[in-house]
Amino acid sequence: MVYIVGLLSLVFLVLAILVLTRLTSVLKGVNTDATTEESIGSSVNNRINGFLFLAFFVVGLIAAGWSFIHASQFFLPEASSPHGRHTDSLFWLTMTIITIAFVVTNALLFYFAFKYQYRKNHRATYYPENHKLELIWTVIPAIVMALLVFTGWRAWRDITKEAPENALAIEIVGKQFNWEMRYPGVDNDKLGNYNYKLIDAANSLGIDLEDETSFDDVTVSSEMHIPVNRPVLLKIRAKDVLHSVFIPHMRVKMDAVPGMPTRFWFIADKTTEQMRNETGNQNFKYEIACTEVCGQGHFSMRTTLVVEDEDAYNKWMAEQKPWLTKNPDYLARVPEKLKAKAAKYIPATPAETPADSTAAPAEGAGATTSASLR
Amino acid sequence: MATVETNAASSAVHVEEHDHHEELSFLRKYVFSEDHKTIAKQYMFSGIFWAIIGASLSVLFRLQLGFPNMTLEWLRPILGGWIDESGKLDKEFYLAMVTMHGTIMVFFVLTAGLSGTFSNFLIPLQVGARDMASGFLNMLSYWFFFISSVLMFSSLFIETGPASGGWVIYPPLSALPQAMSGSGLGMTLWLMSMAIFIVSQLLGGINYITTVINLRTRGMSFSKMPLTIWAFLLTAILGLISFPVLLSAALLLIFDRSMGTSFYLSEIYIGGEALPNIGGSPILFQHLFWFLGHPEVYIVLLPALGITSEIIATNSRKPIFGYRAMIASMIGIAFLAFIVWAHHMFVTGMNPFLGSIFMFLTLIIAVPSAVKAFNYITTLWRGNIVFTPAMLFSIGLVSFFISGGLTGIILGNSALDIQLHDTYFVVAHFHLVMGAASAFGFLAGVYHWFPKFFGRMMNSTLGHIHFWLTFVGIYLVFFPMHYIGIAGFPRRYYSFTTYEAFRTFGDLNMFVSIAAIFTFTAQFIFLFNFFYSIFKGRKASLNPWRSNTLEWTTPLHPGHGNWPGEIPPVYRWAYDYSKPGATDDFIPQNVPYSQTPESNLPHENALIAIEKEIEAQNYNDQFKQPH
Ligand code: HEM
Ligand SMILES: [Cu+2]
Ligand SMILES: [Cu+2]
Repeated sequence: MVYIVGLLSLVFLVLAILVLTRLTSVLKGVNTDATTEESIGSSVNNRINGFLFLAFFVVGLIAAGWSFIHASQFFLPEASSPHGRHTDSLFWLTMTIITIAFVVTNALLFYFAFKYQYRKNHRATYYPENHKLELIWTVIPAIVMALLVFTGWRAWRDITKEAPENALAIEIVGKQFNWEMRYPGVDNDKLGNYNYKLIDAANSLGIDLEDETSFDDVTVSSEMHIPVNRPVLLKIRAKDVLHSVFIPHMRVKMDAVPGMPTRFWFIADKTTEQMRNETGNQNFKYEIACTEVCGQGHFSMRTTLVVEDEDAYNKWMAEQKPWLTKNPDYLARVPEKLKAKAAKYIPATPAETPADSTAAPAEGAGATTSASLR
Repeated sequence: MATVETNAASSAVHVEEHDHHEELSFLRKYVFSEDHKTIAKQYMFSGIFWAIIGASLSVLFRLQLGFPNMTLEWLRPILGGWIDESGKLDKEFYLAMVTMHGTIMVFFVLTAGLSGTFSNFLIPLQVGARDMASGFLNMLSYWFFFISSVLMFSSLFIETGPASGGWVIYPPLSALPQAMSGSGLGMTLWLMSMAIFIVSQLLGGINYITTVINLRTRGMSFSKMPLTIWAFLLTAILGLISFPVLLSAALLLIFDRSMGTSFYLSEIYIGGEALPNIGGSPILFQHLFWFLGHPEVYIVLLPALGITSEIIATNSRKPIFGYRAMIASMIGIAFLAFIVWAHHMFVTGMNPFLGSIFMFLTLIIAVPSAVKAFNYITTLWRGNIVFTPAMLFSIGLVSFFISGGLTGIILGNSALDIQLHDTYFVVAHFHLVMGAASAFGFLAGVYHWFPKFFGRMMNSTLGHIHFWLTFVGIYLVFFPMHYIGIAGFPRRYYSFTTYEAFRTFGDLNMFVSIAAIFTFTAQFIFLFNFFYSIFKGRKASLNPWRSNTLEWTTPLHPGHGNWPGEIPPVYRWAYDYSKPGATDDFIPQNVPYSQTPESNLPHENALIAIEKEIEAQNYNDQFKQPH
């Protein structure tokens, strides 16, 4: 990294010095023929600028290539999801194509600037058009674009199609300034209804207890656990303003919109453990970030994602207590005819309730669960 | 007509002498002027003022990003309470600066400053008109812009801070003062300022369009118009269609903020209470915003491309390559600009099928853009290139346009945009293709038309130094930024220390910040050159760049009405440079073919016959109209 800074600074310096040394000669030139028409451009002037364009291109290309190679070690490692690896390969394919276009067009631009600089008693070529040439360079980009659109569209279609039947649905809810997750629980595979009007200090997700499928729902706010190699469907919500779920290593990003639930499904196929071995970083963690500006804490809405094998995931899930279990007071909200079903989730003796579940008014259930996880 | 009182005298006298009108008071002549040249200068100075403010803001937040551990205590005298107890920049103030930087640069510098300056100055001069169609509306346009500027500027100094939700002001963040302090009074000022700004843009745009359509001089058919004018015309049309949509978006936001409506708000729980709003959609705002927002980026870029076309042709001493293809691609871009807006919204939860359509349309727009780039390059081929400062900036612009445009091909691909959306990759993309390219268009234009603005020359050596430092500096800032984006760094982050994934690249961020400060500093060379040359610059000759367009046929200091006597008619296109057989390497537009038998192409000889017709044409010389 230091090298990049060093090299680029060097480029900087060299160019600055080049300009300054040339400048002195130009200044001399200006003094002698200050009265001649400037528009013709003194030949010294032209030679310097023409040369600088060429120098800029050569030095710039070397610096670009060099810095790229050194920066690439900090690019995100290979994606941990199949769709991510697909888009990665499309990204690098497109990048290759545009790099070629970038080098060729800039080379021509700067080379022509150098080559065809002003010469006295010389005439430019009167060359106003060439339909054939124009046709060629309209058609070629069009074909390349068509190719890219087609490959991109296929990837996009696959990524955005309906999640598979067996997908694990997890709700992730953004609020200023953290994420909260809700799992469908172990007894049924369904997330219960919610209603934002039901939100209060403890019921921070607005879980609707008139829906019996919500009784076994589990809420978590410290980290998200998912099983490896199983489709996961994120059901994304926002409570206050826009947020955006970003899981860099999974190549997952989707906005969280108040009033309009969104979704994104993906398969994680490398566990956290595998990534630790692969990257050689024993502290490696998958992270979830927010990429839609949401206020002063936007830059720190961090949550970690734990990808583990099915057994470990099931074990973790079994340890989680349903939200209702941790908030038995809410039994009062359950309609009479469902009370019997709900009772199953209420701890036998009130003493079993974690003491802090009722004593955490500000942060609500989120903080409670995270506390009880440890 | 707006020029009523100046034209009260009989029209016969006009043709001879205009100076006798100059009994205008100081106020009417320099402040509430209706002369397009004065108004252009007003826009230019305002634009430069705003550019300094906008760039200073960026230096401030680059300090934070490049040196997250640095204490900014020394800025307390300027920023006061925005520096917190630990000597750090306040987190909300960071967002406020990013927001104001974007707003100022996009709207006040590159929309008002660029179009306002050059459309006003060049349209009448290059199409051969006495002034804008309505001088009065033109004056109103500037003063609406001025009021809007005052409002926006004042929002920088209020206690709760200026608007802070990003230049795109997405609700609900921008609608709810509970969400951040900048969404209080600061946002109100932002919305008021922008509403007035839009009025100013519309008044200006109507004027530009009318002038180009109605006030072209004899012989100036659309197929002979310089590309600058084509660009300004299309820009004005884009603005006229898209800015009203932003106005409605802003109005609905104002309603949501102060009248309890729910256009953009639904199911929100904030500050410990559930808001009553139901049924609105934040996505609606994004559609409305980007319906302006995407055309807006072309509103910013097209004038710069127009200016470049003119400068590159003049200084290559060659006709612009593919004049018709240039017009066709500008029209194509202008049209497509209206149907690609949702590429900014691929991951908002919009229907994926819509995403596919917008990906397809977005990648089509790359084709006319590519054609333009190829045409510029071919114009240089076998030219006789004179490196005036304006020419250097134009070549730099083409390079930025290519480099930044190419990454658009990646972003326009919705599958790839999933990872890159709202990262520094996008920031690098649009700063190169829009920010840097258009800023270079502005600078190129100032260097090129300075002699016409002020009758003096800018120092070209300082211009060269300014160019090289800026050109290198901008690439050093924005090229490495792509790396940061590929590594996934999200934009609008106060600091990158929270995440392990984004903890790398500390040095590179520092490097970018240093390069940014360096580039910023280099602009003082320009400022010095600019102000010094206004007063002390070498006296310019009438046509210093040996150019073909009509503005160089006016006197050194064109007075009211631009041409003493008749407005010259036009016989040929603007790009007869280095025509085989001609004595000079340029033939101005007002030279008839009958005077250049040695260089006429066969079909041009046929045009000699209609010269009399052109001269006899009835045209809209405002000085010859009954008032
Ligand atoms: C080759 C043609 C281009 C394509 C395909 C393209 C594509 C895109 C796409 C897809 C985005 C959204 C990226 C995201 O937010 O994830 C974007 C952003 C942007 N583009 Fe382009 N672009 C092109 C040329 C231009 C030009 C010519 C300009 C300006 C003159 C421009 C200015 C911008 C700006 C300002 C943004 C960012 C807006 C924001 O989020 O704040 N682009 N471009
Ligand atoms: Cu956020
Ligand atoms: Cu766009």
